[in-house]
Amino acid sequence: MSERKIGVYVCQCGGNISDYVDVERVRQAVAEDPDVVVARTAMFTCSDATQDEIADDIKLDDLDGLVVASCSPKLHTFTFRGVARRAGLNPYRYTQVNLREQDSWAHTDDRLGATEKAIRLVRAGIARTRLLEPLDPTVVETVPRALVIGAGIAGLRAAIGLADIGLGVVLIEREAEVGGHVRELGTMYPHDRQGQELISELLGEVRRREGIALFTNAELVRKGGTFGNYEVDIRTRGDSNMTRRFEVGSIIVATGFDSYLPEEGEYGYGIPGVLTLPEFKKLVDASEGPLVYGDRPVRSVAYIYCVGSRQGESGPHQYCSRFCCTSAVHTDLELRAKAPKVHQYHLYRDMRTYGRYELLYNDSREKGSAYLKFAPDTPPEVQRRGDGQLEVRVHDQLASQEEVNLDVDLVVLVTGMVPRSNQELIQRLKLPVGRDGFFNEIHPKLRPVETVVDGVAICGACQFPKTAGESVASGLAAVSWSAAMLKQGRAELDPQVATVDPDLCTFCGVCMEACPYGAIGQQELGGSRQVAVIDPATCKGCGGCAPLCPEHAINVLGYTGREVEAMIESLAAGVA
Amino acid sequence: MATTMAPPAPTAGTTFGPKILVFSTNNISDPGIDLAGSSHLHYSPRAMTIAVPCSSGIAPEWIAYAFDQGFDGVFIASDGEECSYLTDCSERSAKLFERAQAMMAEKGYAPERLKMAAICSVCAEPFVKYMHEFEAQLRELGPVGVA
Repeated sequence: MSERKIGVYVCQCGGNISDYVDVERVRQAVAEDPDVVVARTAMFTCSDATQDEIADDIKLDDLDGLVVASCSPKLHTFTFRGVARRAGLNPYRYTQVNLREQDSWAHTDDRLGATEKAIRLVRAGIARTRLLEPLDPTVVETVPRALVIGAGIAGLRAAIGLADIGLGVVLIEREAEVGGHVRELGTMYPHDRQGQELISELLGEVRRREGIALFTNAELVRKGGTFGNYEVDIRTRGDSNMTRRFEVGSIIVATGFDSYLPEEGEYGYGIPGVLTLPEFKKLVDASEGPLVYGDRPVRSVAYIYCVGSRQGESGPHQYCSRFCCTSAVHTDLELRAKAPKVHQYHLYRDMRTYGRYELLYNDSREKGSAYLKFAPDTPPEVQRRGDGQLEVRVHDQLASQEEVNLDVDLVVLVTGMVPRSNQELIQRLKLPVGRDGFFNEIHPKLRPVETVVDGVAICGACQFPKTAGESVASGLAAVSWSAAMLKQGRAELDPQVATVDPDLCTFCGVCMEACPYGAIGQQELGGSRQVAVIDPATCKGCGGCAPLCPEHAINVLGYTGREVEAMIESLAAGVA
Repeated sequence: MATTMAPPAPTAGTTFGPKILVFSTNNISDPGIDLAGSSHLHYSPRAMTIAVPCSSGIAPEWIAYAFDQGFDGVFIASDGEECSYLTDCSERSAKLFERAQAMMAEKGYAPERLKMAAICSVCAEPFVKYMHEFEAQLRELGPVGVA
């Protein structure tokens, strides 16, 4: 048996745990373990006083392992790693045991059951800690400059934010002009500003800042270097076909979206007078007074919602595009202000005018627009009659399935956002792409702009459909994330990555094929034996390669086979 | 399949409470299981969770080992399509699941003792529902290792 000196701290969480778990019984049960030299309970382990007490124990008893049994690891893992580090204990020789979210709070009805589970969970934490090796994060120096890819509203605003916080910025735009989709928009909610006007203003701000280098007609053609100091090659087209190289510490991807383009014949698309929402918005924006399409006055409009969104199993766009309900309702009100007599019918599946946008929806209804709900299996049908009039037939779910025939001059297909085709960029940056085709953050709430690729963040509508306001907010989140990393001048990489045991590896190549990040390479080991080797700075620690290794030569540090099996043994064992 | 929202009473004369090992993932399903607790949704305290980075990293050997050690059921709360590491995480997890069941068959463990479902970071209620259903099913199967 190994002889370890482990300290165990069982938290009462001011009653959140101790009201449902007999923490003293848990303490006594684990104190018997020969490797446990300190076992205490505390009112709040996260309090400054208890943190100091833990640090003192680590120093006095020369602890080489720490187990804190309190809340979810999502809350205080960094807190207790810090305590360990301050006291001279390697922070990766610490295990957080989840006694609150996954025990006391889930079993408030069963004190004995919750207490016995607590004993098992803490024993599993001790079993893991017994086997933990000290790990050192790879520390990298970071260059105080960011690359922003895409100069739409999110990218422009992010570039300004970065410059104002004292970081250098390389801002590149694939198109000849900056501003993306917002440049094309008319009056925007809630400030009634024109899209073009907003973009001009932001462009002016960008130009005023010396720290921002803006390139249009420009693309990223290569990414080299390593995290903290990526080398990026930017190629510009046009008069000066040239490639420039920059060193950057972070990369913010703000490449935006495409609008869904209906298929020919989808809800009558292709028939004159059947428009997509972006086409219709341009028509309304350009119109002064009564609306005219072709040379005919427009007296009535039918909007059909969810076109190209929520496609079910049949289509690639199974998601709700979020912004389009609000955009259609806002367009209704814009048109109403210019041409109050136009009849507007909204044929929807579900309305999603969330937050303050509900006010727009109410306003539209109060002013007389009609909203008719259809079921996905009986979608509206659009036809063009002989006299050129458009006819829309719909079963109104809120009026006993009655079929309603609408004669209208225009049909507006409320189309959503779809992911942009950006295969080359995805390849170059190894961007994680979700099933919906948009880029994936690590966690939508807890780490909303970071990707698993170190130093690469995403913002704006390349992430999922967003309004302009939400895009700007995420752009600024990416600024904060960049600043937190680059202003320090150094960053740490999680050392809990996959490793290969060269004694077991026979280099079959399976792991190399399985890693989408290119973290696994080949190395010659003494003589002519080839083995796989994993770059800790590139490995994301997902462990996807490990179960595929036929020789069981790969383990993720902190989650090794021995550690997991030791936890299983403790969880399965009796508590007596 | 019938939905059981509360574990049924044990059959007469027995007090068998199945032990369930749950594998969760740090970024996706473990926060969902946390939320079940934060919402004070109850499930059996004999269900215990080990969190790992990604469901594509769960070795079939660990699953077989859990049965060897006396767990009556193993539930993989997988990343599904939300995995931030691997686009094909669902397919990878499904393959590992099949390998684990093959390993279980060799050792004589009923394949129904292993379950997998994608649990998102706010999927508290689905998780608890799965736990209740699984527990009921395991009660019918009886303790592991008993023919």
